[in-house]
Amino acid sequence: MKKNGLLALSFNAIVIIFMLAPLVIVCLVAFTPGMTLSVPTSGFSLRWFKAVFAHSDLIQSFKNSLWLGFFSASIATLIAVPAGLATTRFSFPGREFINGVFLSPLMIPHLVLGVALLRMFSLVGATGSFIWLTFAHVMIITPYVLRLVIAATVGFDQSCEHAAKSLGANNFTVFRRITLPMILPGITGGWLLAFINSFDEVTMSIFVTSPSTVTLPVRMYMYATESIDPLMAAASALIVGFTLFVMVLIDRIYGLDKMLVGGK
Amino acid sequence: MTRQPFLRPWVLSAPGISLFVCMLLVPLALTAVLSFNAFDHVTGIKNQWTIEHYLTIVTDPYYHGIFWRTFWVSCLTALLCMVIGVPEAYILSRMSNPWRSIFLLVLLAPLLVSVVVRSFGWSILLGPQSILHSLFDAIGVGPVKILYTESAIIIGLVHVMLPFMVIPVWTSLQKLDPEVQNAALSLSATPLTTMRRIILPQIMPGVLSGSLIVFGLSASSFVIPGLLGGRRLKMVATIVYDEYMHELNWPFGAAVALILLSVNLIIMVTYNRMVEGRYKKSMG
Repeated sequence: MKKNGLLALSFNAIVIIFMLAPLVIVCLVAFTPGMTLSVPTSGFSLRWFKAVFAHSDLIQSFKNSLWLGFFSASIATLIAVPAGLATTRFSFPGREFINGVFLSPLMIPHLVLGVALLRMFSLVGATGSFIWLTFAHVMIITPYVLRLVIAATVGFDQSCEHAAKSLGANNFTVFRRITLPMILPGITGGWLLAFINSFDEVTMSIFVTSPSTVTLPVRMYMYATESIDPLMAAASALIVGFTLFVMVLIDRIYGLDKMLVGGK
Repeated sequence: MTRQPFLRPWVLSAPGISLFVCMLLVPLALTAVLSFNAFDHVTGIKNQWTIEHYLTIVTDPYYHGIFWRTFWVSCLTALLCMVIGVPEAYILSRMSNPWRSIFLLVLLAPLLVSVVVRSFGWSILLGPQSILHSLFDAIGVGPVKILYTESAIIIGLVHVMLPFMVIPVWTSLQKLDPEVQNAALSLSATPLTTMRRIILPQIMPGVLSGSLIVFGLSASSFVIPGLLGGRRLKMVATIVYDEYMHELNWPFGAAVALILLSVNLIIMVTYNRMVEGRYKKSMG
């Protein structure tokens, strides 16, 4: 195959700069010593990072987001593993239907999910409830875990299971000793992907959080619509750092490229 | 599997199905009902039935404007993502490792960073004190207002949506057989002809499904028009938010949201049919 020409390489460079520019600028501005959103030229300062940690609302919503991501990703995994096994291991009437149901949150805009859940929460008196918020997140992140679980179950050799069965292991033992360890990278990768998706979710959460359950991205969105100062840049830089950390974890456990491009 | 019990798959997927019924179907049904409820600003939601919300959206030019803006902004975003994403994926596929994996990661990894952070970054870049503005000044274009215009929304959307275009195109590029290209070239086809007759037809399904995803996600995007469009430049999603959170006119907001949902679903389904039909025909 022919190599890329100079034109192609410069096109690639421009696209890469375009993709990185907003993230880089946020991290640079976070270190400004001044009061305005400008790239520091005379010296770096950590004052805005200190301001973030002194801002009790931001810290509270960061904790909310962490717990929410942790619980919803865990519940989503508990739901997605059996469902993934059901749709890959059995052929039965209604399999397509179940698949469709599980993937449907990807078809429906988060905005619509947000207003729909707001209506239901207000009717059953669940506004401001952390548990209901968690289940709302479980619904939108389950498809992500499911995709990785399905990729893991489809891509493995079933003869190990048959061998275990023929040696007299019962169904549960086969699952615990053979199936689970083999699909574990897919499950942990799915958990992390679900966690980061819950952690980033804004559009649905903005409708169904109350002041006590508000998540970090929702808080930051509200803050950014009212005033823009380097405090936001410092908080954003911290989120970028946190996301990078999760990405490294995903890469070590599952392979970041494999997860982003799709199970192969 | 030796036995194929009928019930087991249903038992295994029961928790998931019940979750989706409670958190998806029921709320959507309630919202559909809500959109037909009468509303008045003094007493709130009334227990009477009306279709006035839908009539207002269909007849009031103000809402036509918002739906039209949402439509053309999403179309342009999908087009730009196609124009940038397809060549970029192709260029990457011709690179060799490690650069190929590194650039692919840089291109796709922003997907995992909160969209609030990314739009905030763009609001710094496009804002009045930014480098971009001094650049414009330096080349003598003069002050150009970008932030809080449609251009800012489109730039932000293209940035957020580009990975959704690159992924399906990249996947279909991976399936190409390089021998077919070599065959075309050895039969003295020019690189351009090879591109047009060999590569493009094979990656077309990926390009089309990518642009469909981009269009759908852009039409319902909320954070980017909210942060980069400012208070006055409204899109459908920001109008729904205003109706719910500021006007407290939930029935009207529900009607707008449901129209958005149905238009989205209709476009996706027809487009899918069209693409599938054409694809089947051309592949025999």
